[in-house]
Parts: sequence; structure tokens; C-alpha cells
Amino acid sequence: MPLNKSKKKTPMPAQKPEVRRRNFNEVALGYTEEDAVNEAQRCLQCKKPGCVQGCPVQVQIPQFIKRIAERDFDGAIKVIKETNSLPAVCGRVCPQEEQCEQRCVVGKMGDPVGIGRLERFAADWERAKGVQVPELPAKLGRKVAVIGSGPASLTCAGDLAKLGYDVTVFEAFHKPGGVLVYGIPEFRLPKAIVQEEVEFIKKLGVEVKTDMVMGKVLTVDDLFDMGYEAVFIGTGAGLPKFMGIPGENYLGVYSANEFLTRINLMKAYSFPETDTPIKVGKKVAVVGGGNVAMDSARSALRMGADEVHIVYRRSEEEMPARQEEFENAKEEGIIFDFLTNPVRIIGDEKGWVKGMECIRMELGEPDASGRRRPVPVKGSEFTMDVDTVVIAIGTGPNPLLINASKGLELTKHGYIAADENGKTSREGVWAGGDIVTGAATVILAMGAGKKAARSIHEYLQSKR
Amino acid sequence: MFKILEKKNLAPSIKLFVMDAPLVAKKARPGQFVILRIKEGGERIPLTIADYDAEKGTVTVVFQEVGKTTRELGTLKAGDSIQDFVGPLGVPVEFPHHKKVLGVGGGLGVAPLYPKLKMLHEQGVEVVSIIGAKTAEMLIFEDEMKAVSDRLYVCTDDGSKGRHGFVTVVLKELLEQGENFDEIIIIGPPILMKIGAEITRPYGIPTMVSLNPIMVDGTGMCGGCRVSVGGEIKFACVDGPAFDGHKVDFDELMKRLATYRDEEKISLERFHESHECKLTEQIKGADSDAVK
Repeated sequence: MPLNKSKKKTPMPAQKPEVRRRNFNEVALGYTEEDAVNEAQRCLQCKKPGCVQGCPVQVQIPQFIKRIAERDFDGAIKVIKETNSLPAVCGRVCPQEEQCEQRCVVGKMGDPVGIGRLERFAADWERAKGVQVPELPAKLGRKVAVIGSGPASLTCAGDLAKLGYDVTVFEAFHKPGGVLVYGIPEFRLPKAIVQEEVEFIKKLGVEVKTDMVMGKVLTVDDLFDMGYEAVFIGTGAGLPKFMGIPGENYLGVYSANEFLTRINLMKAYSFPETDTPIKVGKKVAVVGGGNVAMDSARSALRMGADEVHIVYRRSEEEMPARQEEFENAKEEGIIFDFLTNPVRIIGDEKGWVKGMECIRMELGEPDASGRRRPVPVKGSEFTMDVDTVVIAIGTGPNPLLINASKGLELTKHGYIAADENGKTSREGVWAGGDIVTGAATVILAMGAGKKAARSIHEYLQSKR
Repeated sequence: MFKILEKKNLAPSIKLFVMDAPLVAKKARPGQFVILRIKEGGERIPLTIADYDAEKGTVTVVFQEVGKTTRELGTLKAGDSIQDFVGPLGVPVEFPHHKKVLGVGGGLGVAPLYPKLKMLHEQGVEVVSIIGAKTAEMLIFEDEMKAVSDRLYVCTDDGSKGRHGFVTVVLKELLEQGENFDEIIIIGPPILMKIGAEITRPYGIPTMVSLNPIMVDGTGMCGGCRVSVGGEIKFACVDGPAFDGHKVDFDELMKRLATYRDEEKISLERFHESHECKLTEQIKGADSDAVK
């Protein structure tokens, strides 16, 4: 196998910033076969691969890359799918720079191997030719309920179905996919891909019920009464946080959850073809520095805003958003106001936002998170002239199901307490993903769903 | 899909659907609501549950045709189905220790008031009710309210039925006459609830209102329905929709309800255009049939 000694990742074709900033189509267009083979040939095939250890679901990375280099794309996707059931999603939204690619030896002398891009290529290659449903074992005739249909739940449901369980997924919204459909925008993760993943787990025999707000229409107790022998809770961290500053209820102030849900799930960008509207003004401020803030800002631009600011109280260095998303946002013209914190939102007489008063910050001593704590600079208040504010400062656990479920121990922040296999304090109940860890990544949620599936299987095997 | 089992025209532009929704019916309690969506691409709208029957598996909703979605909903007939019908959402209301309650319902608000009073009546609580509408023909649920009230006052704004004037006038009279209640429940347009709560405030009688802000998911996930109650942010979908009327910031609620006024107009105009086109086509079709 020839080695490609380039220090740079094979570039991935993408929509140009000046074009993409006004449309919702996917930004990155993916590798061609030649690009993929070329990039795969950069992999050194380490004997002790660090990348695999960096992957929360331990994809056998050098193995699949080797197959791509050999043009055995079928073999490549098979290797990936042994441990990762959502590669088309992960190849797009995983923070590879903090995981597999961070530990890549090639990366020590230049760019790491583009593992995420190669994963995406292999997954898209398979999608293009039609995904094969694996041969399924005989049904065990035992029922497992999965609550939520985000990455943790889809993974858990898929793995259990492959073991022969009758799995039912209960989703509150009218469309399954969780954060993959309501949160992550089309231009980063096309909804057709999520749809395909859901169709795939249906083909594995999983039943998906939408419009089921668990805790309201059915409780965990009801599920056991209905004959489910185990329950997995993967309801995510869906409760939006507000800042608690004056003016947050003015018209034109959105939580990022509402802003993104209106756009992504309810397709407000097609209004009035679709019925759900959204108000995006000329000058938008998005408060926060995570991926959700980037998604909100870039969505605001695509909805037609003239100017979009990201207002973040720390500096660029502490920003939790992925580097790639930060770069994308900058290229598209998003303006970053670092070390800036909103103090109050100002409204007009009709209650519409007309400005946001902010204060400059400076970095002080490190706080509990290890990042330097931002402290306000006295007398540095100033007013930003904005007409829309999106608050993307994080989310908490939604208490709807938790409050209606007896015997579930919680953490001090209100998340479900679970062991490393997702086992909760209640027998027969597992939990995983953001409802356990707090808002984290798709891949960590998938990892949790996987472990829980294994643990549920062991439990049900030993039960009978 | 959820089937419409029965449709009634209660008043011009006010319609009632009995929906086939066994799971929702089984868990529904007074004070709760549902979110529905007519079809793919449709918006999610909240409607308060007006009645339910766990045995028959049915849930009754009442709506007024004001915007595009409610008008489109109004064109559906018994036997038609809608895409989504989600619930029961919100916190059920309970009055375990009450002996005498006054219910005040204005316009469409009589429908959500009814299940609460029905429950109280079944609990043996003395129920006094005041219901009203713009005109006699806009009055809804009069018989139902009569059945669950020990005393019922009917008002119309134009005097075409019952007392001439607003429900709040009767409310004020009863309180001025020294009648006392353990709780007063006021449901109707925000302005009615605001005025009503101001009338009861000096008497210190607990006053419950039920709010209908704009919602998307109805599960606490978007925060679009946030209202200020006693200076705190509450989500009507998971903390309500019933709140202490003496603590609600109604002015803010009314402003927030107007957020999408322009978009609502656009939506409605489009709906009328396409709807009229269809009607014209139908008429044309009928004509050509006649020619044959």
C-alpha cells in the first residue's frame, strides 16, 4: 500500500462561504473515491493505534482505513458498523479533533488523518448503494422499551433488536431522531440521513411510536405493566436555560432550543409553505460559545439576518464549540464578541427587542471547570443594537419523565444517576446520553446506548 | 393518525371535535391540554381538553377559527384524521378541600372551564358559574355548564341573551354582595382574566387562570410559552397552564401572543386563496357535470 506523505489532510469539497451562508444545504460535500483513497493512504497503520482509544465506541479505525486505501469500501463500512451504528451521523458531527484525530501519530507532524471524513465517506458510499439489513436472529419474544429517539436511544434500540428483542421506541415529537432532527441544522447534518438511520432500525424490527410524551401519556410503571421487561431512558437534556437578566421575555428573544426547533424540526425556513413561523431580525445576537451557539448563529444568517454576533463571556480559547464549526462560522461572516456578557435586554414600547446591554469581561483565576473565570470590567457597559437575541447558554434535564417515575435516583443537578453501564437505581431501568451526563456529544450518547444495550441483554439473560 | 369521531358546530366559527385518542383519554385530567398538528408541514397548536372519556377512549377539544391552522381544522369532517394529537400535557388541577367555587368563563374559555367545574361538581362542591359571549349565538356549553352548576349566570356583551354586559360585571356584583368562595377560576381571553383577577384581588380570594401562550413542543423544551408569574419565569406547558391569576403578568402575555401577528396574516391569506381556488374548481366541476 503506497503511503501518502502529505502533511495536510486531503481537502474536502465544500460550498463556498459566500454561497452557503444563505442556504440550508449541507456545507461539506464529502470526499470522492479518489480523495478518500488518497487520504486513507496517509494512515501509518500503527500497531498500537491511539485513535481507537480516543473513540468512545472503539471503531477499529486503522482497519477500516486500510480497506478504504485498498478500495474495499464494502469492507470498510463493515468494520465501522461492528461498533458504530450511526457512521453517517458521526462522520459529520463527532468532535474528531478531541477524540480519534487528537491521538493520531500523523497529527504530530502536521494534520492528523481525516478519520471523520473517511468515516463519512464509507457511510455515504454504503448509503448510495443501499444499506443492507443484517441477518437477524430468531425473535426472543421479550419486550424492551426505549424512551426518546436521539443517538443514545437509536443505538440502544438497534443493538437490542439485533439480539432478537422486541424493541419499541417512544418519541415525544412527531418525528424521531431527537437532537439530530430538532437541534443540529440541515447544513451540518441533512435530515434525510437521520431519516435513513431511523428507517434502518425499523428494518431491524424496532417499532417507533411518535407523539408519545412519556411521563404524561405513559409512565415507566405503565411500561412494565404492558409487559416490557426493561426500559432505557434516553430523553436528553432538553430544558433550555435562560440567563435570568431583565428583558428575557421581550419579543424576539428565543432559547436556542426554540430557535433551532422552529427552523429544523418545524421547517420555518419554508414558511409560508410550511405553517410554523419564526422572526429573525436584521441584527441578531447569539449568547453562548458552544456548538449550539454556532448552529443558531449560522441558522440566523441563513434566515436572512444582515449581521449576526456571537456574544461569549470568555475568550476564544475557552470556547467549547468545535474548531471546525468556529472556522465555518467565521468564514460565513459571523462576528465574534469575546469577553462580553449581556446584562439586560432592552425592549421598545410594544415589547420587541431593540438592544442588549453588555459588559466587557476579563479573565481571572481558574474556576471549577479549570477555565479562567470571566469577571466583569467595571464601567465597561455598552449597548448592542440588536433586534433578535438567541440564548444558547446550555440546557438542563427535562423533569417531565423523571417526576413521573418512581424510584429513580438523581444527581445533584437533576440528571439520572446511572453506573458505567447505564444502570439506574431502579431495577429494570437504564439511562444514557445527555439525561445522565448533561449536554455532551452524539458519540458519547451512542456509547452509552451501546453499553446499556449490552447490560440490558445480560440482565434479561440472567433473569430467565 | 387520529380520527375525528364527531364534529359539532357550537357557534359561528367555534367547533367541537370528539377525537379517537384512547391513550390520551386514559390519562387526561381537568386542566390539561393537547398539542395537535393537522398534517405534514403543519404547525403544532395547543388546545385545552374540554372533556374526555377514558372508557370510550375519546378526548373532546373545542376551537375557534381564528388563524390558518384553526380554519383548516374547521374544514375537516367527522371521519377525517389528523396527523398528530399529543397529550395529555400540563399539570392537572386539583381542589381537594374546596366547598364552594366560582367559575367565570368568557367566549371560548367556557370550554376549558367546564371539565374543572364538572370535577368539582362530582366532588360535591357547590359550583356557581358565570359564562358569557359577545352574542347569544356565540355562547357555548350552556347546557353542560347548567348540568354542573348549582347556579348559572349567563351574560352577553350585546344583551341578546341573559345579562347585558361582561361576565366580570356579574363577578363584581357577587363579590360586592358579600358572597364568598374558596376559589375563583377565570378562563377566557387574557384581558378578561386580567380584569377578573383585579376584581377578585381586593377580596383576597384565590383566583386561578388558565393561560394559552404560543407553544411549539408543549413539553418544556423550547421555552416559547414562558410567562412571568410572581416575577419568575414559568413555562405554561409544564408549570401550568393554570396559574395564580393575582401573580400573572398579563400585559407581557398579551404582547407575546402578538409575536407572529404579521406571519399569521400571511398564512391566513394564503389559506384563503388556495381554499377559494379549490371551491371555484369544485363549482366549475359541478357545472361541467351538469353540462354532460
